[in-house]
Amino acid sequence: MGRVWKYGDDINTDVIIPARYLFTTDPAELAAHCMEDLDPSFASGVRPGDVIVAGRNFGCGSSREHAPVAIRAAGVRCVIARSFARIFYRNAINVGLPILECPDAVVALEAGEEVEVDLAAGTIRRVATGETFQAAPFPPFMQEILRCGGLVEYARRKLAAQGAQPARATQAAQGAAGGGGGAGRGAAGR
Amino acid sequence: MAAPRPMTITEKILAAHAGVPWVEPGQLVEVRVDFLMANDITAPLAIRAFREMGATRVFDPERVAIVLSHFAPSKDIRSADQCKVAREFAREQGLVHYYEMGEGIEHALLPDRGLVLPGELVLGADSHTCTYGAVGCFSTGVGSTDLAYAMATGETWLKVPETLKFVYYNRLQPWVTGKDLILYTIGRISCDGATYKAMEFTGEALADLSMDGRLAMANMAIEAGGKNGIFNPDQRTLDYVARRAQRPCSPVWSDPDAEYAEVYEFDAARIEPQVALPWSPDNVRPLSEVERVPIDQVFIGSCTNGRLDDLRTAARILRGRRVHPEVRAIVIPASRDIYLQALKEGLIEIFMAAGCVVSASTCGPCLGGHMGVLGKGERCVSTSNRNFVGRMGHPESESYLANPAVAAASAVAGRLCHPEELGIRYEEVAGVA
Repeated sequence: MGRVWKYGDDINTDVIIPARYLFTTDPAELAAHCMEDLDPSFASGVRPGDVIVAGRNFGCGSSREHAPVAIRAAGVRCVIARSFARIFYRNAINVGLPILECPDAVVALEAGEEVEVDLAAGTIRRVATGETFQAAPFPPFMQEILRCGGLVEYARRKLAAQGAQPARATQAAQGAAGGGGGAGRGAAGR
Repeated sequence: MAAPRPMTITEKILAAHAGVPWVEPGQLVEVRVDFLMANDITAPLAIRAFREMGATRVFDPERVAIVLSHFAPSKDIRSADQCKVAREFAREQGLVHYYEMGEGIEHALLPDRGLVLPGELVLGADSHTCTYGAVGCFSTGVGSTDLAYAMATGETWLKVPETLKFVYYNRLQPWVTGKDLILYTIGRISCDGATYKAMEFTGEALADLSMDGRLAMANMAIEAGGKNGIFNPDQRTLDYVARRAQRPCSPVWSDPDAEYAEVYEFDAARIEPQVALPWSPDNVRPLSEVERVPIDQVFIGSCTNGRLDDLRTAARILRGRRVHPEVRAIVIPASRDIYLQALKEGLIEIFMAAGCVVSASTCGPCLGGHMGVLGKGERCVSTSNRNFVGRMGHPESESYLANPAVAAASAVAGRLCHPEELGIRYEEVAGVA
């Protein structure tokens, strides 16, 4: 169970973690400045298990992976948004920050209220009323990376399987992805 | 092998790098990469992820570049330590394309050195990697962990994007540049108008654009959320590449009957110089409709507009004039090569005589890093690409994005200013360095 921190559209990575703090890669230090230029109360007030709820295009701007790292290190359980910017989406999956696209929840949820999130089911439950919101499921390819706990472990297994030999040859890409267009309009591959 | 469907240039490049005859939007592909790049901010995280993955060698030391440009020359001990991590990795891996501080901002350096080429697939751990689409390659920004995976394997996975086509009819008006066209476009479609999509730029107005102007346009595709920005190569592209290419390449072009998710048609003759007001690159107005607010600083530089064309334009405005006494003006050539050429052409002397600060190549001011950070309530006209809250310094500072002619004129006037307000006629200065 956690509380909602609610923000608007187009929350960019510069306000999630300003460039002036990018002289470090230490997650705890990045977390201490998370959302600083948008909401100075966030870093000191956020508690483990809280969620960020935001509008469209969350994470737009810079490719800095420091942004999802800072949010995760701040204790945020997941980010729920109407939509995510492409690079942020990949980065979040890659570093293990759960994210859910769920416009209904974004409309309904208010700052400070309590929610329960079931990441496996992709459901968000409003504690006060029991009302439940269903997020779009991750496409199969993305689930595979998540099952590995992120891209680092996914890569570790792949490299080990190849005997740590760098591969130049193109893989059977369409086969690996479950056939052409098999992932549908899901989010993977952004 | 004939493809069973017509494809856009983006689709053709992805198909070729997936080793399949054709692809379609929405499809996931695992693709071979031709070139990779990281900078001093993103490389340290990528290097850590690379090691955690159990990787020991990059897939090809000739195809991974590390460029020190953000906090370089280093502004403090901690950024020096980050540069050191990147530097030591480059040496350990024997990276052929390691570029020390001052060599240039990555997105100016790589195209100019012929390291990113038509038909290629390029990833960079920097959102403005989309710049290289100006030469007809697929290039996109990724995070550090994605880059680490590609460094280790020479591959990545991508979803084939839908393509948006932007057609610019007619001829450009005086003072209107690639920067104005892309600002106008972002203003029209908003900062998530192209999210997950390819932006393909075409039309007769672009035939007039120099490579520098096209690089500025592709650079800002990310400001509309675009996965990549791309131009079909023309003779100008091929000439540019022929003088620089460090390896052979295979240009491809969109089929005439390729499918687009949407086609936007703009009359370039009706577009005037544009300005993005705080605090988003999509908060765009024609300069004629923008209040002439007083300013504290002007920044001419960055991966968007620190190229030779941009410096020549700014110099035409500043020649024989003085920067307003209440304004600080900073000019940063985007690479050492550009700096040297600007020296030869006398541009640096013009800037210095006008009272500008001229710095070695760095991304510093653009991201509020160093060399021009804004204080509380200060206002800057910048040729860079972002004007988010706190982007260039204090969260209560303001940045206005504009082309180099407008920025230079504003430096002289002490307020937002069109060059013609200074009595400068385009015909008199065009083509004069």
